[in-house]
Order: sequence, then structure tokens, then C-alpha cells
Amino acid sequence: MSEDLYPDALLALARDTSHAGRLEAHDASATADNPLCGDRVTIDVTLKGNGIAEVRHHTRGCVLCRAAASILAAKAEGSSRAAIAVAEAAVRAMLEKGDDLHGAWQELIVFNQVAPHKSRHGCVLLPFRAMSEALS
Amino acid sequence: MTAFDVERLRAEFPILGRSFDGIPLHYLDNAATSQTPLAVLDAVRRHETENRANVLRGIHRLAEAATAAYENARQTVARYLNARSPAEIIFCSGTTAAINLVARTLGERFVAGEEVAVSHLEHHSNILPWQLLRDRRGVAVTVIDVTPDGRIDVAHLERILTKRTRLVAITHVSNVTGAVTDMAAVVVAARRVGALVLVDGAQRAPHGPIDVQALDVDFYAFSGHKVYGPNGIGVLWGRRALLDAMPPFLGGGEMIKTVTFERSTYADVPHRFEAGTPPIAQAVGLGAALDWVIKLDSAMVESHLTGLTERILVGLQDVDRGRNIIRVIGPTGLQARMPVVSFSVAGAHPHDICQLLDRYGCALRGGHHCAQPLMDRFDVAGTTRASLAPYNNREDVDAFIAGLDKALKKLL
Ligand SMILES: Cc1ncc(COP(=O)(O)O)c(C=O)c1O
Repeated sequence: MSEDLYPDALLALARDTSHAGRLEAHDASATADNPLCGDRVTIDVTLKGNGIAEVRHHTRGCVLCRAAASILAAKAEGSSRAAIAVAEAAVRAMLEKGDDLHGAWQELIVFNQVAPHKSRHGCVLLPFRAMSEALS
Repeated sequence: MTAFDVERLRAEFPILGRSFDGIPLHYLDNAATSQTPLAVLDAVRRHETENRANVLRGIHRLAEAATAAYENARQTVARYLNARSPAEIIFCSGTTAAINLVARTLGERFVAGEEVAVSHLEHHSNILPWQLLRDRRGVAVTVIDVTPDGRIDVAHLERILTKRTRLVAITHVSNVTGAVTDMAAVVVAARRVGALVLVDGAQRAPHGPIDVQALDVDFYAFSGHKVYGPNGIGVLWGRRALLDAMPPFLGGGEMIKTVTFERSTYADVPHRFEAGTPPIAQAVGLGAALDWVIKLDSAMVESHLTGLTERILVGLQDVDRGRNIIRVIGPTGLQARMPVVSFSVAGAHPHDICQLLDRYGCALRGGHHCAQPLMDRFDVAGTTRASLAPYNNREDVDAFIAGLDKALKKLL
């Protein structure tokens, strides 16, 4: 049922603007587009050592995309590049194969109802794509 | 029949009886693909069970019957468009293929510095073929603006066409705004500079026969799957003299007169442009679909659909409740429009709206509708679109409006 796709926790994350915006003085930045729907996410990051210091996302997208951007931006701060890659792989495996998150960021569980809706996987993954492009 | 008997019509479309977990389907995505009536399904099945064979070359009786059925479908299309001759009807896979065919044949004669004018309302399938031509031939693509209510800006059109404009490639009805183009004004402006006119009729063709002679245009394209017919089939109509002068597009069987390794000669139109085995059963289905449309009482259908369009427009205002969050992208009145209504909602994404509407059995389209330049023009990432067919009823519209209200309560 579609409505399970939108639990209150997810809607709250989509409305959360605490990491929304741009970082003027970023060390890395990338924009990812979803050609299917025109959604667009820009991720700006500042780096500290091997990890991420600060993240901001500028997101024009649906609830799923905005919630994913909120989680990603909040959790990435203070994380290593490796931890971000693990989170991306885990959320992808949850969507595509129904795997559980195995210790990756548990906040991502809000997307577990998205798995059967293949056309929406890209919405959740778009911010991760922007992040991995920014870090590459 | 005193009133339009929509329930009787619905009975001809088995798919409309589907439900999901007890919730009936409300199919409001007809501009993407319309549903197909039993008359079409039966005609295709009958052809495939009784007359399936390849066309044109066979001697045996099935081949003759299949050829007759295929050419008969061509005649039906010619009648639907009021073409001078069935030879002006080229079967292809759809509107996209039809427009590309013109770009790849007629277009190849255009030279650097000449222009093709398109409008801001176009579907990507009437933009990309011309951009590709621009890249191949150095032809410029100029853009006719739209008015704030999503119509062709005729005054701008008159300004932007020049003596260098070879072709105006323009939509008859916008798949986003539903606006009907003032084709007479387009033709007058095009003729003044000596340009040809190609019409993307994908969204006009489902709404009844078209008179290409009265329109006085040069090319007309549409798709079978939007006129209650099969997919994989579409039509390019062109003026005979233009088609006769166009070089072949795809090479292969059926499009030749003689072939040697040194030199080949090509079949006359329309077969010159129908290389290979064509979509035969699909053509038969398309013929049946157009016959089905012709039999509808067009005045009754029109008033039925105008009533439902008004119900949508009023319903959107009700859901808005004076909040000014819902913006109709396109005409807000009922004049010179087809039953296609697009809108954006401040703070709610079309895909989220459509996903929630799906829960109420409502099938709508959300996104850029293959018209990204138009989305940019109206400064929206996408819209939610309801598009009607004669078999839609009040329940469909009411379920959509009630569902939208609930969806927005959740999302906003
Ligand atoms: C106005 C318009 N033009 C062209 C097309 C392309 O049609 P097809 O995909 O059948 O080639 C569509 C369909 O979406 C359309 O709405």
C-alpha cells in the first residue's frame, strides 16, 4: 500500500531543513539529476582528514529524495568516506534485494517499504549519487 | 440514447473493471496511453487467428487477405484524416518515429543557416529530432513562446518566423496543458514566409477525425496507442508531392522497385517509407480503433468530457481552499482545450501525489511529461496531470479530487 511508503518519520525527515542549503566554502561538491522526474540534488562537503566535516544538500525532489538527503547529510558529518560507501551499498541492497541494513545507518530503515516500488528507488539513491560524485 | 451512456461505453473496456484490494481503478492517464476497447482486441485477434501472414509479396490466400487488411487499415486512416489518397498514409511505430522520419528525409535537404521553428509546448519527440538535425546539418532551431496560460503565443510566432524558416514543427494539442493550437494562425504565418508545417497530432487524434486538407498543413503525425489502438503503430501523413520528393529513410525489404549491387530503385509512396515487415496486426487494430472513434457521437462525447474537465478544474479550486497552493499549468477555462489538466502544488512533489493517488485506485501521471523546456518555462520541476477519455465518469474525477485532498493533507 502506497501510504506505508510515507510513514510520519519519513515525512518529518523530508521536512527537516537542518542540513539544507549550500556551503560557500566547500572542499567538494556535486549535483546529480534524475532524468525520469527532473529531481536534482546538490551536495556540498567540507573535509577534515579522511572524514567529512560538514554537509549541506540543496534538493529539489520528492519526499523520498528529500528524506534521503536529510539522513545522508546529517549522518555523513563526522563519518568516513568508507562509512558513507557502506551506507549507500546497504540502502541499495535493501531496496533492490530486500536485505536488511546490517549495521549501516539504521535511520535508512524508513525506506524499507520502497523496495517493491522499483520506479522510486532512484529517488532514495539520488542524494547518495551526488555524494559519491562529490567525494570521488 | 438521450444522455451520454458512459456505463455502456465502459463495458467495452474490460480493463476498466479492474480493482486493487477492492478499490476500483480510476484511469486518468489517457494522454500517456489510452485503453483499448473489445472491438479493437477482437479485430486483432480475428486477424491473427484467421489472416496472419506477411504482406505485399505473398501469392497465397492468407498473404492476400493480410495485405488487404493492412491496406484497408490505411484507407481507414486516410478517411480519419481526410487525406486525398491512402498513398499519403505511412505506417510507422508512432509519433516519435513519424517525426524522425521527416527530419531524416525532408530535413536532410535543409542547409546551414536555415531554420526549423518549434514551440515551447513541444513534447521531446518534436524537439530532439530537430536538435539532431541541427547537429548534422547546421540548421538552427528557433522556439515559439507560450502565453502564461500555456498556449502558443501567436504574436511571437509571427515575429520569429523568417524567410529562412523551412519548417514549423508544432503540436496540435499540448500533452501538458491541453491547449488546442490555433492552427489556422500557424499556417498563415508559416505560408507568409514559405515554410512547411508539421503537426504533432498525438494528443489531438484521440478526440475525433481530423481534416488535414482543411487544416492545410503538410505533415501530420499520431500514435495508435493514444487513439484506443495497439502500440507499436503510428501514422505519418504527408502531402503527396512532398512525400514523392523525399528520399528513402530506412532501407530494406518492401521499399524497393529493383535491387542490384550497383544501384537500387525505390518503391513509390507510401511503401518507400515502410522498409521491412510492417506492424500488420497493429495496423488492423488501429483501423478498428479509428472506426470505433468515428462511431462515437462526437457532440455527446465532447460535452461529456467538457463537463468532466470543468469538474476537475472546480475540484482543484475546492482542494486549494483559497490557499493558493494549486497552480494550473495551462488554460483554466474550457475554451479551445482538450480534457487534459496539469497542475503543480506548492510543497508537494508530483510523484508523491501520484503515489498516494494510486492508493485510491487513481492512475495519473506526474513529472515533466517529456516536456522539460515547458517545465522550465513555468518554473516547475514537474506537474501532476489528469487526462480523460470518453469512458471516464464522474466517479473517476471525484475519486481523484478526494484522493488529492487526502494526499495533500498528508504531504503538506
Ligand atoms: C504531444 C505528444 N507528442 C508525441 C508523443 C510521443 O508519442 P509516441 O511515444 O507514441 O511516439 C506524445 C506521447 O507521449 C505526445 O503526447
